[in-house]
Amino acid sequence: MITATGITKTFKNGDVITNVLKGIDLTIDSGEFVAIMGKSGAGKSTLLYQLGLLDDPTSGTIVIDGTRTTDLSVDDRTAFRLNELGYIFQDYALLPELTALENVMVPLLMQGKTTQEAKDIAHTSLVRINLGHRENNLPSQMSGGEQQRVSIARAVAHNPKILFADEPTANLDSESGQAVIEIFKDLHKQGQTIVMVTHEKEYTVFCDRVIHIADGLAV
Amino acid sequence: MSTFSNSVKVGLFLGVRQLRRTNRSTTILIISIMTFTFLNLVVVSGILVGLIVGGNIANRNQYTGDVIATTLSGKTTIDHSQNFISTVAHDPQVTKYTARYLVGSTIEANYKTRTNFSNKANSIGGQLTGIDPAQENSFSNISKYIVDGTFLQPGESGYIVLGSNLLDRYSSSFGDSFSSLKNVYPGDTVKVTVNGNTREFIVSGIVKSKVSEVSLRSFISNADFIQLSNRTNLDVNEIGIQHDTSITDLEMKDRLIADGFDATAKIQTADEAIPDFLIQIKTAFSLLGNLIGAIGIVVGSITIFIVVFINAVTRRKFIGILKGIGVSPLAIEISYLLQSLFYGFSGSLLGSIILYGLLVPAFNAHPLNFPFSDGILVADVPATLIRIAILLVVTLIAGFIPARMIIKKNTLDSILGR
Repeated sequence: MITATGITKTFKNGDVITNVLKGIDLTIDSGEFVAIMGKSGAGKSTLLYQLGLLDDPTSGTIVIDGTRTTDLSVDDRTAFRLNELGYIFQDYALLPELTALENVMVPLLMQGKTTQEAKDIAHTSLVRINLGHRENNLPSQMSGGEQQRVSIARAVAHNPKILFADEPTANLDSESGQAVIEIFKDLHKQGQTIVMVTHEKEYTVFCDRVIHIADGLAV
Repeated sequence: MSTFSNSVKVGLFLGVRQLRRTNRSTTILIISIMTFTFLNLVVVSGILVGLIVGGNIANRNQYTGDVIATTLSGKTTIDHSQNFISTVAHDPQVTKYTARYLVGSTIEANYKTRTNFSNKANSIGGQLTGIDPAQENSFSNISKYIVDGTFLQPGESGYIVLGSNLLDRYSSSFGDSFSSLKNVYPGDTVKVTVNGNTREFIVSGIVKSKVSEVSLRSFISNADFIQLSNRTNLDVNEIGIQHDTSITDLEMKDRLIADGFDATAKIQTADEAIPDFLIQIKTAFSLLGNLIGAIGIVVGSITIFIVVFINAVTRRKFIGILKGIGVSPLAIEISYLLQSLFYGFSGSLLGSIILYGLLVPAFNAHPLNFPFSDGILVADVPATLIRIAILLVVTLIAGFIPARMIIKKNTLDSILGR
C-alpha cells in the first residue's frame, strides 16, 4: 500500500541546515495498523507528513497504492489527499465555526456528494462513534475527547484508503485517549490501514507493527 | 460533478457559516464602514452636483419653463411676437406659457420725504417686467415666492412687485457691489421711470427667489407696462413654454424652429439656457465629488483588505487544515469572496435604504440653502447602481488578495503555524 524509498527531509533556517529524515525506507501493507514511535525531535511527525502528502520530501519517492505521489502536481496531491487519505491531528483541527456534523460534511461535499448525502454520511459516522447527540454542537461546546472523535469521524467518513493520525491521544486524558484507541481498533478490524504517530507505548500493543525512528532513520 | 462546482459548493458552505457564526459586533462594524463608504461615494458627489441641479430646476420652474424664446442679439423685442404667442397658445402639447415684456427702468423710493438733495437718491436701475399676473403665476408659481405683501392681482393697475435683491434688507449679503433700495415696504409708493416716462406705483409685494431673473426684476401688469413704455406693437421680450410629457424639450424647440420662429427669437431648451459657467461648475463639482468618493472607496477597500487579512491570518491554521483534508484553494477563496461580497452588498443595501428612504426625501423637503440655489441631493438610480457595482468589485478584490496571500502559503506551515 505504501512504499517509501530513501526519504530525506532537510530544513534550512538561514545558515543552519537540519537533516530531520536521513533516508528512510519502509513499506506498509494494506489493512496494517502501524505505529511510528520515537523520541521528541526524532522526526516521526515529519515522516508522517511526508507519507501523508502534507509536505514534500527533500529526496526519495513515495508510492501509495500504485501512485507515485512525489511526482504529483499540487492540485493532484490535494485531490489525492481528499479521496485516498484521512487525517487526525493532535489538536483535533476542527473548524470552529462549523458544527460537528458540518465539520464531517466538508470533505464529503468537496468529493461531490450532495448536501443531503453528505449530511446522511456525516450523521452515520458520528453515530458510529457515539456522538450523534452532539452533531449540532460547535467544537467549543465539546470536550477534547469529543472533538477528537469528531476529527476521527471527519477523517474516515469518506472511506480513505489510509488513515494518518499524528499523536491523536496526546491532548486527551487517559479515558478519552482509550476511547480514541478503541475506535482505531474497530476501524482496524474493518480493514482500515492506519498509520499513527504516538509516544505512548501502551497504545502500540494494538498495532500490527511499530516503526521506531531515531536520529532521522528507521531502526 | 466537477472540481470547480464542488469548490463553489464548499466555498459557499464555508462562507455562509463563517458569516453566520462570526462575531456579530465585528460584522456590524464592517457593514457600518461599508455603508458610510457607499454614502460617501454617492452623497458627496450628489450634493455637489445637486447644488447646481437645484439651481437648474429652479431656473426651469420659475423662469424658462421647458423652452424659452428670448430677444435676438441686436434686437430690442421679439418681432411679431403675437404670432409666436398665438402658435404656442394653440399647440395641444403646450400646457402653459407666459409672455414677458422687458425694459430698462429706474425705480426711486422715499422721494417724498427726501430733504437733502445733495445726497444720492434712493433709487436703483433694473429690468421692469410686464406680465399677465394670472398667466405668469400659473406658469412659474411666482406668488409662492412672495415674502412680504401680496402678488399682483389680475385686472388691477398701479401696483408693482419688487425682486428682493433690489432691496437693501434682502441683498446685504452682496455687500456694496450693488446699489439697492432702502426702507421700501409693501404699501409704499415708488416712482418708476422708463424712457423718460415716469409713473408712481404702490409696492404690492416683495418676491424672493434664488433665480436672479426673478429676484433682480420688478413686475407690473402688461397694461401698466404698455402704458408706461409706449410699446404699442405688443412685441414681448420673453416667451416661456411648458409642454406635456409626450414631447421632449428638444422636439418642442425644433418644432418652433421649423415654424420659422428662430428668425425673430432666440429659442433654447431649459438646459441650453443654463449659463456656461454653471455647466462648468457642475462638471467640476461632479469631478470633485467622484474624487472624494474614490478616496472613500480606497479607504473602504483598505478596511475590507485589513479585515479579511486579519481574518485570514488568524485563521491560517484552519486554512491549512482545509487544504490538508483536500479542500481546494478555490473553495477557500470563494468562502472569503463571499464574505467580502456580503459586506459590500450589505453596506450598499443599507446605504441605498438610507439614501432613498431618508436622505433624498430630506434634502427635497429641506434643500441646502446656498446663495445661488436650493441644493438638493442628486442620486439617480443608474448612477447609484454603477457606484454599487464599483464598490462590490473593489470589495471583492480587497477580499480576494489577502485570502489568496494566505492560501498560497505552504499547507503544513499553515497547519503548524510556522
